[in-house]
Amino acid sequence: MEDKFSSKAYLDMELLRFTTAGSVDDGKSTLIGRLLYDSKSIFEDQLEAVKRASIRKGNEVINLALLTDGLRAEREQGITIDVAYRYFATPKRKFIIADTPGHVQYTRNMVTGASTANAALILIDARNGVTEQTYRHSYIASLLQIPHLIVCVNKMDLVNYNEEVYERIKADFSAFAAKLAVKDIRFVPISALVGDNVVEKMDKMPWYGGGTLRYILENIHVAGDHNRIDPRFPVQYVIRPISEKYHDYRGYAGRVAGGVFRRGEKVMVLPSGFVTTLESIDRDEQVLDEAFPPMSITLRLSDDLDISRGDMIVRENNVPEIGQDIEVMMCWMSDKPMAPGNKYYLRHTTTEVRTMIKEIIYKVDVNTLERVPDGQQLRMNEIARVQLRTTKPLFFDSYRRNRTTGSLILVDEGTFNTVGVGMIV
Amino acid sequence: MFIMREVAAQFERPALLFSGGKDSIVMVHLAKKAFWPAKIPFPLMHIDTGHNFEETMIFRDELVKKLGVQLIVGSVQEAIDSGRVVEETGFEASRNLLQTVTLLDAIARQKIDCALGGGRRDEEKARAKERFFSHRDEFGQWDPKNQRPELWNIFNGKKRVGEHFRVFPLSNWTEMDIWQYIYLENIDIPSLYFTHERQVFVRDGVILADAPFMKKRDNEKVTTMRIRCRTIGDISCTGLSRSEASTLEDIIQEIAALRVTERGSRADDLRSESAMEDRKKEGYF
Repeated sequence: MEDKFSSKAYLDMELLRFTTAGSVDDGKSTLIGRLLYDSKSIFEDQLEAVKRASIRKGNEVINLALLTDGLRAEREQGITIDVAYRYFATPKRKFIIADTPGHVQYTRNMVTGASTANAALILIDARNGVTEQTYRHSYIASLLQIPHLIVCVNKMDLVNYNEEVYERIKADFSAFAAKLAVKDIRFVPISALVGDNVVEKMDKMPWYGGGTLRYILENIHVAGDHNRIDPRFPVQYVIRPISEKYHDYRGYAGRVAGGVFRRGEKVMVLPSGFVTTLESIDRDEQVLDEAFPPMSITLRLSDDLDISRGDMIVRENNVPEIGQDIEVMMCWMSDKPMAPGNKYYLRHTTTEVRTMIKEIIYKVDVNTLERVPDGQQLRMNEIARVQLRTTKPLFFDSYRRNRTTGSLILVDEGTFNTVGVGMIV
Repeated sequence: MFIMREVAAQFERPALLFSGGKDSIVMVHLAKKAFWPAKIPFPLMHIDTGHNFEETMIFRDELVKKLGVQLIVGSVQEAIDSGRVVEETGFEASRNLLQTVTLLDAIARQKIDCALGGGRRDEEKARAKERFFSHRDEFGQWDPKNQRPELWNIFNGKKRVGEHFRVFPLSNWTEMDIWQYIYLENIDIPSLYFTHERQVFVRDGVILADAPFMKKRDNEKVTTMRIRCRTIGDISCTGLSRSEASTLEDIIQEIAALRVTERGSRADDLRSESAMEDRKKEGYF
């Protein structure tokens, strides 16, 4: 019998969010299916459905990839075409997987999946070795400041579990990765199809002394992703109840984006620059002494000020950068290219302003990480350092310092689609 | 709470889709907390198939009264009466699919520009790809190949006139998370979720509640069982499970030990492998 389920343990369990990336046939969906299946996270009815579908398609073994390939178009083409989110828990941790497509035209989804991840799984087909896609994905992971990279050399069964093949890929990748900003990189040789080194260790690769993939996922340190140093509170919504009991209540609702706010402290409101006292930190009926990321709270201030959505509450001696000229690393997400002079809506924390592209400073060749001086256009899936000018000042930090106050998106003025994403340099 | 506030700030006329099920009850609770001490600044919307469990309706009306919010009811019966939709017939007849038309009608009539739904990505394969802010065209349709990228916590709710958004604040919650939250926050839920005796019959391995409008085949005998609902929807397609769970702790233990997903007992999803995806494209919840 399994142990009695403990609510306390569940609520205390750490959450690891990771993203997966690989080229079309690297077996990414199979790997996720394997992780879920071997962790006993697949329910019987889901497994039955996959068994039925596998038989119908003439697969000899259960095709675990069918567990995650959600949409009909994918089942027809046999590829994953959008970010799919998966949830599972082991006795040690809860996991959210952002399963993202690997082929070129959908790379923007890789960026999407990576934006909230603590770790990235990079899949390499042992037969093909390191490819352009591997470089691209690793670079994106590093650009989006994912702290941990786990490189899975997959399909080891198809190269006779040859240690040399694994070591060569490891060396190739390491040479490239030296140029990345990722501090923690681990390698693991696996076979997703058979299940080697995914959840269980089998005897085919005695030369590998490390842990299984699941062991690594359960044990990597989930670094405090949030900035606890610089107090930042973007005002999201103003709460003014029109009722007898709360006649004079005026609260500024939002989510703490950085630092720690304490009751009774002096705070500064941007853009006005007024300094006032933090009278109360409310979380529905409770009053808190302090608040930190990512808590959603409501702040009340001692003075009646004119504050609205898009303003920011900070500490007097620790203000963010304030300005209209902003440099970002930008990844383009739309098939309509971007060019200097173009105008867009820009969304940053709870603010929306308009912006013009001043200059494409350089593009990044993701295969070599070299800077390419091509200032004409930025096309889908390309990454460049870009200079922007906004109609109103933004209150921002560098992305390296704060993922919330350092990130922004561009929205097309005609279609309202999200067309570009930027990380402030 | 962050999402609830984004919705209130970014849209002019949002509404919260309320089914009486646990997910929508959790959403109402989150909305209450997000705007406290003000009232929830948007109405609840119930798409009423007319085939509800009585307990759900009582629960709904009490909740609305307690919160002092407006309730909008979109009636499938009305849509049938006015000829907007044709009711399915036969043994498997369900009004579940008809809800789509009623929902879209209600959204158009009330000029709703954002409907908050309780959908979770862990429920079903097609839902796993859903965004928090999901764009719908003027026909209410979802285009899974043309979804807006969604990064960090920056949500883009800009749209043209006539289009609307579906927003799913519980996207990243699992069934267990929902129960833990109900337990932790001590949230009231309808008695249907706890064990009780009910007149039921079994069809294709799924236990269904008996009701006057439920057509039964000759071999489908009505018996009394001790059951509880794992999900709550329209009676005609809500599968029940045998259970003795009478407290939240019992339910949590039961969920932890279960090997079948909650939608596994939803008769509507068993129709075909991409049943959910097809309904979603047309504008289902």
